[in-house]
Amino acid sequence: MRRARTPAPLLVPAALAVVFLVLPLVALLVRTPWSQLGTLLVAPGVGQALRLSLVSATLATAVSVVLGVPLAWVLARSRARGRAVLRALVTVPLVLPPVVGGVALFLVLGRQGIVGRWLDEAFGLTIPFTTAAVVIAETFVAMPFLVISVEGALRAADVRYEDAAATLGADRWTTFRRVTLPLVAPGVAAGAVLCWARALGEFGATITFAGNFPGTTQTMPLAVYLALQRDPQAAIVLSLVLLVVSVATLLLLRDRWLGRGAAA
Amino acid sequence: MRSGRIAAGLAAVTLAVTGCADAGATASGDDGGPGGTLTVFAAASLTDVFTDLGQRLEEEHDGLTVQFNFAGSSALATQLTQGAPADVFAAANDAQMAVVTDAGLADGDPTVFTGNVLQIAVPAGNPAGVTGLADFAREELALAVCAPEVPCGTAAEDVFAAAGVTPRPDTQEEDVRAALTKVELGEVDAALVYATDVTAAGDAVEGIAVPEAEDAVNDYPLCTLAAAPNPGAARAFVDLVLSDEGQQALEDAGFRTP
Amino acid sequence: MSLSAHVVVRRGPLTVDVELGVADGEVLAVLGPNGAGKSTLLRVLAGLLAPDGGRVAVDGTTWDDVAARVHLPAHRRPLGMVFQDSLLFPHLSVLDNVAFGPRTRGASRTAARTAAAAWIERVGLDGLGDRRPGQLSGGQAQRAALARALVGDPALLLLDEPLSALDARTRLAVRAELRRHLADYAGSTVLVTHDPVDAMALADRVVVVEDGRVVQAGTPSDVARHPRTDYVARLVGLSLLPGTADALSVRLDGGGVVAVAEPAQGPVLVAVRPESVALYPARPEGSPRNAWLLTVAGATPHGATVRCELDGEVPLLADVTATAFAELGLAPGSAVWAVVKASEVTVYAR
Repeated sequence: MRRARTPAPLLVPAALAVVFLVLPLVALLVRTPWSQLGTLLVAPGVGQALRLSLVSATLATAVSVVLGVPLAWVLARSRARGRAVLRALVTVPLVLPPVVGGVALFLVLGRQGIVGRWLDEAFGLTIPFTTAAVVIAETFVAMPFLVISVEGALRAADVRYEDAAATLGADRWTTFRRVTLPLVAPGVAAGAVLCWARALGEFGATITFAGNFPGTTQTMPLAVYLALQRDPQAAIVLSLVLLVVSVATLLLLRDRWLGRGAAA
Repeated sequence: MRSGRIAAGLAAVTLAVTGCADAGATASGDDGGPGGTLTVFAAASLTDVFTDLGQRLEEEHDGLTVQFNFAGSSALATQLTQGAPADVFAAANDAQMAVVTDAGLADGDPTVFTGNVLQIAVPAGNPAGVTGLADFAREELALAVCAPEVPCGTAAEDVFAAAGVTPRPDTQEEDVRAALTKVELGEVDAALVYATDVTAAGDAVEGIAVPEAEDAVNDYPLCTLAAAPNPGAARAFVDLVLSDEGQQALEDAGFRTP
Repeated sequence: MSLSAHVVVRRGPLTVDVELGVADGEVLAVLGPNGAGKSTLLRVLAGLLAPDGGRVAVDGTTWDDVAARVHLPAHRRPLGMVFQDSLLFPHLSVLDNVAFGPRTRGASRTAARTAAAAWIERVGLDGLGDRRPGQLSGGQAQRAALARALVGDPALLLLDEPLSALDARTRLAVRAELRRHLADYAGSTVLVTHDPVDAMALADRVVVVEDGRVVQAGTPSDVARHPRTDYVARLVGLSLLPGTADALSVRLDGGGVVAVAEPAQGPVLVAVRPESVALYPARPEGSPRNAWLLTVAGATPHGATVRCELDGEVPLLADVTATAFAELGLAPGSAVWAVVKASEVTVYAR
């Protein structure tokens, strides 16, 4: 089928958007100190920070999927009262400055926090300044992206498929597992990717709630920020590493995961 | 407004003394003194004192607006080297000032106008019973220091080395404020921060003097910038900071006058 | 009676209040205009919607009883349902779609697949079990949906406008096939449709629903002969005559011959709308091909028209204006010439 040409009123702003989004990337590449690249890359701490970033962002995404998909379902399908309020509350982390989010996490899970104090007294468990705190901070900031994306997919999905499943003997849980979830799988995938990307780039809530310690809580964005204080060249290289790894991961996932959905 | 007129007179004298009377040609207030907008880039630890001094300068000169950009010294230095327009730069250490002077952006040599010394900050009541630098080696305490990449972290490393203490921090904070916030929230038992930050934090935080830190006073240099859009006002601000009045304000805030 | 239902549902201004009974092996068509409450009724029978009043019982088991606070959820009702646009699950193969019901109802994977494969063959989709629903034509998808609904041998089969999303040609073929499967099916069937042809061709009995109420019930021919409202008259006047086609002429099982415009072969149904039948006191000039001398067996006035029931070698229904009826001097027992253009006759394969 022949596609119509893109109309100019769309083409021009679209081109501007591309320029706007891509130019900073180009600038980063241009200013990369390629000659020092090797030395900076093998510097101790870079691999450590990168590994920590990838692991914690992936864990945060997993937690977000496990908790966020059911939440999205509740927002999209339940008729419970106060759903609008619930949705507004869920999206608070989107508008909250991440640093404030980090402080808020302290107030809940910190040593003096309402839950954290109890955890400390009952189990001797302190969360701040641990890798778990990194995952929690990233989950807090990134999960709304997944929830909103999945809720949108659920709203767009045809509920009559769920009726059909019910007439075939499937209870609500079976229907969710075998019909609803596969139907919204592309939405879940897109949400998970957004969530992962947001978690990977998370800075404010992480440095506030988890602190900054190499090997335990220093993720790539923190390493980049601190490098910027002393050696902007190194910061550029670190940013580039983070960029390359995340883009490569997303492309890989796209081929494996979204690519199949697009072909169907 | 009598005090206004007196202030204007003083400013005129100041201008004459500093030899920057020509500044009035580019930007002058209603009274012939500095006017227009003065832009000051200053280290975050100077927020309270400089805001206060800026207001005083505005009161002295009708038509003058003082605008501040408070941030980490390195962020400010980066902004300046990237061409941010400013009249005055006040840094929290020599290294970041050097970034600006090396780039040829300063007008003349920078002046050290004050200093800051490290202190131990503990939550009100000092629940962990911290007494000195040696407590930073205690594994069981939650401890914060500044990251070695930022000036207060460098200073901390020096102090620990001089004291022969191997610190075991739980977190290396990106700046003093962040470290202090964690003390205020009671999430760390102690943090090594600047004395001024302890003063600024009020009752939530107590300070414990660190004798070992006296040898590692952190110098605060400031300069006017060569490309200052408002050099007259810049000079007036620098003079106010260096005056007895300015120095007293800094001392009240916990700074060490040189 | 295998299904007996009294369904009361209030939906905004519309109150649906319908009583139904369907015997084993019987097909009941619920016919009515859009918004009459047909689909609401079907959703209640399926258990997808809880009624506000009444009772639904199938084979002696109570599915709904509002007074007794009984409501069996949809997934626990042994029923099959075919929807207007098939609603095959797009992420499952045709085979897995058909096997879905047996699986959720506890069959082993192998047993479910075996049963599904048998039904896929039965609806003529052999070899297409591996396809995704997106790769099927509309007719194939609806056959698969029928297989999916029937595979568990449900007590009740619900058909919600099963043919209306299909194009005209496909509709004929699927309708004929549906007719065969309904004949073999032992349970009760409720067919909701707004197309009288579906009702006439597939149903043993018809209820006509308007504004949430049953306005008429009976066999398709009863309803067509004696429409009680204008709407029913307009809707169900169709005369359906079985016969055998040979190119452009159809020999009726009852004896007469009807000329048609579209060539056809084999067993067919001939359909004539009552407004297509013109009545004359004498054989008209120009010798039209479809002209028969018939006897008036009955006449029912509705609005400004009179529906005449004509007996003879080609039994027909004819609508004439009240004035024409008077001018022709028609009365039960009188003879009249009925004329129909070949182009006004529709032929359906059966």
